[in-house]
Amino acid sequence: MAKVIVVTSGKGGVGKTTTSASFATGLALRGKRTAVIDFDVGLRNLDLIMGCERRVVYDFVNVLNGEARLKQALIKDKNCDNLFILPASQTRDKEALTQEGVERILNELKETFDYIVCDSPAGIEKGALMALYFADEAIIVTNPEISSVRDSDRILGILSAKSHRAVNDAEPIKEHLVITRFSPTRAEMGEMLSVVDVTELLSIPLLGVIPESETVLSSSNAGIPVINDKDSSGGQAYVDVVSRFLGEEVPMRFLDVEKKGLLKRIFG
Amino acid sequence: MSLLNYFKRKSLQSASVSASVAKDRLQIILAREHGNRNEPDYLPKLKQELLAVVSKYVNVDISAISVTRDRDGDCEILELNITLPEPEVTK
Ligand SMILES: Nc1ncnc2c1ncn2[C@@H]1O[C@H](COP(=O)(O)OP(=O)(O)OP(=O)(O)O)[C@@H](O)[C@H]1O
Ligand SMILES: [Mg+2]
Repeated sequence: MAKVIVVTSGKGGVGKTTTSASFATGLALRGKRTAVIDFDVGLRNLDLIMGCERRVVYDFVNVLNGEARLKQALIKDKNCDNLFILPASQTRDKEALTQEGVERILNELKETFDYIVCDSPAGIEKGALMALYFADEAIIVTNPEISSVRDSDRILGILSAKSHRAVNDAEPIKEHLVITRFSPTRAEMGEMLSVVDVTELLSIPLLGVIPESETVLSSSNAGIPVINDKDSSGGQAYVDVVSRFLGEEVPMRFLDVEKKGLLKRIFG
Repeated sequence: MSLLNYFKRKSLQSASVSASVAKDRLQIILAREHGNRNEPDYLPKLKQELLAVVSKYVNVDISAISVTRDRDGDCEILELNITLPEPEVTK
């Protein structure tokens, strides 16, 4: 059975699009047929992170409005055979995002794909609500920072009260926590909420921790999701997230300050 | 621990509480917001309108009014609490 997974956070700029791009790529690299949808209608971004911006012809709203068929709008990823991107529209208003329309597209995608990843916009307005409404599972992207944690908690409330599953008294959406932009040094010094703090506060299962990593920016610049960069901590952390999501037991990495050599120990 | 580290740590002792302050504040606010989660949509408006009426007679602010909906068996209870201010003491 195909699964719909929303990547959401409430707060803006915490790493939803970065996570959607790497997570979807990771699933595809593991042989899963995967589609990733940009729900940020009006602000198209996922296409840039995935490096397919020059190949966008039709978008999500064109398909919703019946101006293009789904097959025409889906963009095949340049590196990965199993991966397709449905870009957001840049200009149209969000009114096109109707429950019926979104459901129709998701159902059509479910016929060919194993996983459908929905990159939610920030906030708790229509775009965000539509992105999560039909979800089977949710990845809550949270920064170890006070307002991000509160907004994530708010989104958890919405998932459990206003989603399709909640409204229809179905089995609740399965929730996963992904903490991003984590800095072990700052957490150790007590400047930043720790992984344990955030996990306790939100009390949902932890799927992974993505460290603050410079390669995330250079990957966005290049239009290649960071998960492809096997040498970077960010890329490796996303590989682990995908493995855990697929049910493997993988120990958490990048939580502690790196052990330093003798010279570094002296000079800090 | 290196010497440099020792100094780093010293200067960070004030910072070292900041994450725990954040955690404490979050615990309180999340608990409160969870309480509000199952409140019906009309409660905020009801509070505002009650406040308008009550403050015609007594000087109270919105934090003095608490409206909660509870369930006791088959019975739904709307509980209304208004904390009146201390009578003003004349010096
Ligand atoms: N692990 C990380 N390390 C360093 N920078 C990161 C990391 N994750 C995300 N970023 C940076 O944070 C910024 C926001 O990321 P992103 O666009 O993925 O967030 P978003 O939640 O999708 O934002 P929006 O709410 O606007 O859609 C980007 O500049 C990205 O490069
Ligand atoms: Mg985004």
